[in-house]
Amino acid sequence: MSAAASPLQKMTAGELTRRVLSKEPLFILDVRNDSDAADWQIEGEGIELINIPYFDLLEGVDAALERLPKDGDVLVVCAKEGSSKFVGGQLVEAGRSSVYYLEGGMKAWSEHLEPVLIGRLKDGGSLYQFVRIGKGCLSYMIISEGEAAVIDAVRMTDVFHRFAAEQGAVIKHTLDTHLHADHISGGRKLAEQTGGTYWLPPKDAEEVTFDYEKLEEGNVITVGNTSIEIQPVYSPGHTIGSTSFIVDNRYLLTGDILFVESIGRPDLAGKAEDWVGDLYTTLYDRYKSLPHELIVLPAHFGKITELGEGGAVFARLGDLYKHNPGLQISAEADFRRMVSENLPEHPNSYQEIRQTNMGRIDPDEERQGQMEIGPNRCAVHDK
Amino acid sequence: METSKKVDTTGLMCPMPIVKAKKALDELKSGEIMEVISTDKGSLSDFQAWVKQTNHELLKHSEKDGVYTFLVKKN
Repeated sequence: MSAAASPLQKMTAGELTRRVLSKEPLFILDVRNDSDAADWQIEGEGIELINIPYFDLLEGVDAALERLPKDGDVLVVCAKEGSSKFVGGQLVEAGRSSVYYLEGGMKAWSEHLEPVLIGRLKDGGSLYQFVRIGKGCLSYMIISEGEAAVIDAVRMTDVFHRFAAEQGAVIKHTLDTHLHADHISGGRKLAEQTGGTYWLPPKDAEEVTFDYEKLEEGNVITVGNTSIEIQPVYSPGHTIGSTSFIVDNRYLLTGDILFVESIGRPDLAGKAEDWVGDLYTTLYDRYKSLPHELIVLPAHFGKITELGEGGAVFARLGDLYKHNPGLQISAEADFRRMVSENLPEHPNSYQEIRQTNMGRIDPDEERQGQMEIGPNRCAVHDK
Repeated sequence: METSKKVDTTGLMCPMPIVKAKKALDELKSGEIMEVISTDKGSLSDFQAWVKQTNHELLKHSEKDGVYTFLVKKN
């Protein structure tokens, strides 16, 4: 490298997202301790990543320098950002150019939301997906004639407020497909902040401490005057209350029941044995009877390869019946076996997260961020 | 337990607690014990990993009201 190295530069989670989505090559030096790094990392088709804990680099960065590519950008990441600035600064001092640190660290990466237009609805309405790329959560906003509904909102409610305002829409409804166990729902907070209505499936809400509207099959919710319809479809399996939505007769929002490359896990409320049968019925009976032209929009992605053009995650229902490994097992006994043998580790802090979503505990913002660190792990087959 | 050194990193964020702890540990003799206090919530997993990696011994750790205390024995 030349003697005149460029100074340490900052990369935001948004900039990193755009690099991941454009599949640009990027070398990442993750300086968190090895167990945190092994638990959950930044992924992307252009990403090459190595992990060297910062405390191994306190006396010098030679061990890192020799593993970095000669040219090209290097992004140093850690939990918050302190250690990445420390290590990045030393790399610059050692003469390496094009060194960045991730602003806000993995916490910011976990919280970044990228809005992606999925499609236009009738009479000028729109459906947007909000990709929480670091954690694999997907939220949705339906906008029509100055009104908006948000489905499976994550807790970063300011992003939804800002987006709705930019679109000149008022958030009238927030809906959760189920009681989430991997992340803290922003649905209730968002509804409180906008004076909207918070909808939850009653069977998932038996222990909640707050008022809500019951999401029940047959109760159609409309957005805008020309009624973009949200039709609830009872579809238990991931939880007993899990409810899907058919939007504008075209999109099927499946929550954590059906993903693009996998299916939901039935065990996060401790009732795998009971719920795996419901999951089977939903996937092999209920969904199968729906029009196969519907576009499936799930509440998570498990692998970065599930992200398509511009970061959008979706698939045609009929195609999933051909390719999704969770939909290829016709005998219920085989299905039960496949699910029970492929359950991944639990999401971090999942019991505390469920309690928070029921309103039974109220951790502060910082604690909420910690509880959510890590991948979502809501699918069978996730690592 | 007799500690030879006390390192207070209250209010400091990562990586400073370990930077300071390492500096203090370098000045200890083998078998001596250091107490480190930290308020950084990432400390626990980092201290465990650091002590393991450097072949020292984490004798004890505790947390009370957001204050972490670590007892590290130098090998």
